[in-house]
Amino acid sequence: MAHDGTILTAADLAGNGTYGNDPDLRGKFGIFGGRYVPEALIPALDEVAQTYEKAKNDASFIREFDHLLRTYAGRPTTLTDVPRFSEEAGGARVILKREDLTHTGAHKINNVLGQALLTKRLGKKRVIAETGAGQHGVATATAAALMGLECVIYMGAVDCERQALNVARMKLLGATVVPVHNGSKTLKDAINEAFRDWVTNVDSTHYLFGTVAGPHPFPEIVRDFARIIGVEARRQMLELTGQLPTAVCAAVGGGSNAIGIFHAFIGDRDVQIHGYEAAGRGLESGEHALTLTAGSVGVLHGSRTYVLQDDEGQTIESHSISAGLDYPGVGPEHAWLKDSGRATYHGVTDDEAMAAFSLLARTEGIIPAIESSHALAGALKLGQELGPEATILVNLSGRGDKDMGTAMKYFGL
Amino acid sequence: MTTLQDVFAKAKAENRAALIGYLPAGFPSKEGAVKAAAAIVEAGCDVIEIGLPYSDPLMDGPTIQDAVHVALSQGTRIADVMRTVEGVAATGAATLVMTYWNPIDRYGADRFARDLASAGGTGTITPDLTPEEAEPWRVASAEAGIDTVFLVAPSSTPDRIKAVVDCCTGFVYAASLMGITGARDSVNAAAEGLVARTRAHTDLPVCVGLGIGNGRQAAEVAAYADGVIVGSAFIRLLLDAPDEASGLAAVRKLAAELAEGVRQR
Ligand SMILES: Cc1ncc(COP(=O)(O)O)c(C=O)c1O
Repeated sequence: MAHDGTILTAADLAGNGTYGNDPDLRGKFGIFGGRYVPEALIPALDEVAQTYEKAKNDASFIREFDHLLRTYAGRPTTLTDVPRFSEEAGGARVILKREDLTHTGAHKINNVLGQALLTKRLGKKRVIAETGAGQHGVATATAAALMGLECVIYMGAVDCERQALNVARMKLLGATVVPVHNGSKTLKDAINEAFRDWVTNVDSTHYLFGTVAGPHPFPEIVRDFARIIGVEARRQMLELTGQLPTAVCAAVGGGSNAIGIFHAFIGDRDVQIHGYEAAGRGLESGEHALTLTAGSVGVLHGSRTYVLQDDEGQTIESHSISAGLDYPGVGPEHAWLKDSGRATYHGVTDDEAMAAFSLLARTEGIIPAIESSHALAGALKLGQELGPEATILVNLSGRGDKDMGTAMKYFGL
Repeated sequence: MTTLQDVFAKAKAENRAALIGYLPAGFPSKEGAVKAAAAIVEAGCDVIEIGLPYSDPLMDGPTIQDAVHVALSQGTRIADVMRTVEGVAATGAATLVMTYWNPIDRYGADRFARDLASAGGTGTITPDLTPEEAEPWRVASAEAGIDTVFLVAPSSTPDRIKAVVDCCTGFVYAASLMGITGARDSVNAAAEGLVARTRAHTDLPVCVGLGIGNGRQAAEVAAYADGVIVGSAFIRLLLDAPDEASGLAAVRKLAAELAEGVRQR
């Protein structure tokens, strides 16, 4: 239990194996994860891993992180019952975990504050990050402003356009935004470019990675800093409903908001865990980001995981209406959860996500991020299956302000 | 087939460093890659690394990214890479494939090693495969009788250098700088120290790559390394050439200058 008005204990932060599922010393979750990176980066990854290992067992680090989460990010975030929305979910009781109410408007702030504190411990003065939807970029630029760090954000040129509002926010916060014109001009290419910067400037720079993908230790660190979502939600569900939910749902891009809410429930064997990937224009169209649902095992961005790739290991470009889910890889822990059967992953099309986006706005007065709308659409389907007795906890990972441009186009507003 | 052992023995006998050139398969065209390699071999290059074009080359700078983009848009496949190796090996140069790990992983490590050996390839350089993950590839390569080259970097600790050289056969690739591929104005001062630190752990030849692009730099590196690796400088010339013939002439000229350089230690 939390103490002294704090929300975070050492166990909350790291789980410390309580829920199983910690990677081994090589950063492997079963066959997934590890490090497939240039040797030049190994010392930096080791340094990050060792610094984190110390920090997570250091009461002063936990106190600092807790303080920022409460007084800056706005934690704990509330749960919200959405009865009018639930009518479309077969009458199941849908409850939202409101990460959209955090400072900067998405779950990304949790990981960013943790890693920004880590950056100080690493003695580095510059942070770089990739961003898709721009939420991780905004959160990173925010933390950099707060802590006086130089900040460079890599963002695919396509994403810069569809998330223009967030580009402006990052600039206002003092960050340099570098549009990436290579490849698919989306998140995947932004990550490539960020790695190129990192290997060049590793002495001065921390790569503030934004999701639970990438080489070890990022999948573990980002998960631990996002774990607070599920830790809080589990307590709050018990308070609100007197029991654990029937199912927990989240959207899966790289997988950070999903693992953030899933992780505290992994040990609760009766709680179903469902992740929703972007099915884009549908599996048959070939224009999707169904990494876990339709991909195969390979290596992308330093980690062994499910990947959208052709028969010779070339990455296939993904598609999603939401920039944050438009990624042909996924965090290795999700790959592991899928193969072990503990979690189930499904696809939600652009149209289904946009319908859920609009439904939540009209029935509950909440405009969700399009990423999060994939989880909402998933909950609508799941509710039909599970029936009115079920309680479904959905991670509302972010708010939709950034998506107004896309919504205006899609709905002809 | 010329092996790496042959190459380094010969270079040593001639009291010079070996010259190693990098070109991606499928660039400037499928046949053009073999022609370009043949031109630089003729001008004095001892070893050719054929790059396997990969969609996410996160260790490569803009020059190689552009070349790889050309190769992939022309539909270059692993079969083309093998055919390129065959063509280049026929020139008498020791021929390696340089590739990110995922294409081998997907193709099948055993199958890739076998096919490369049958094409006359002498080994691979795998820049994103670290000792921790290298076991399957080392086993497959040993089985097929091809060499495995891995990289050390200026940031490598003694423990890491030891772990890497223990996985290497043929030679050790010392990355001269912290960064991505691409020619630079000067060779990083850290390279010489890295070579010395690497030699403390191995008797294998140590070759230096990244950022080398002219005869003066080749001579400078040849003073302390067993081999000099040049990639982006060749590719830049091919990218900038108005037509194939002038591109070939340009890379031949650069190779001759570099070959001269590695003989001035
Ligand atoms: C609101 C929101 N949800 C979800 C995601 C997807 O990322 P992840 O799968 O790491 O949570 C993003 C990414 O930008 C986001 O902004």
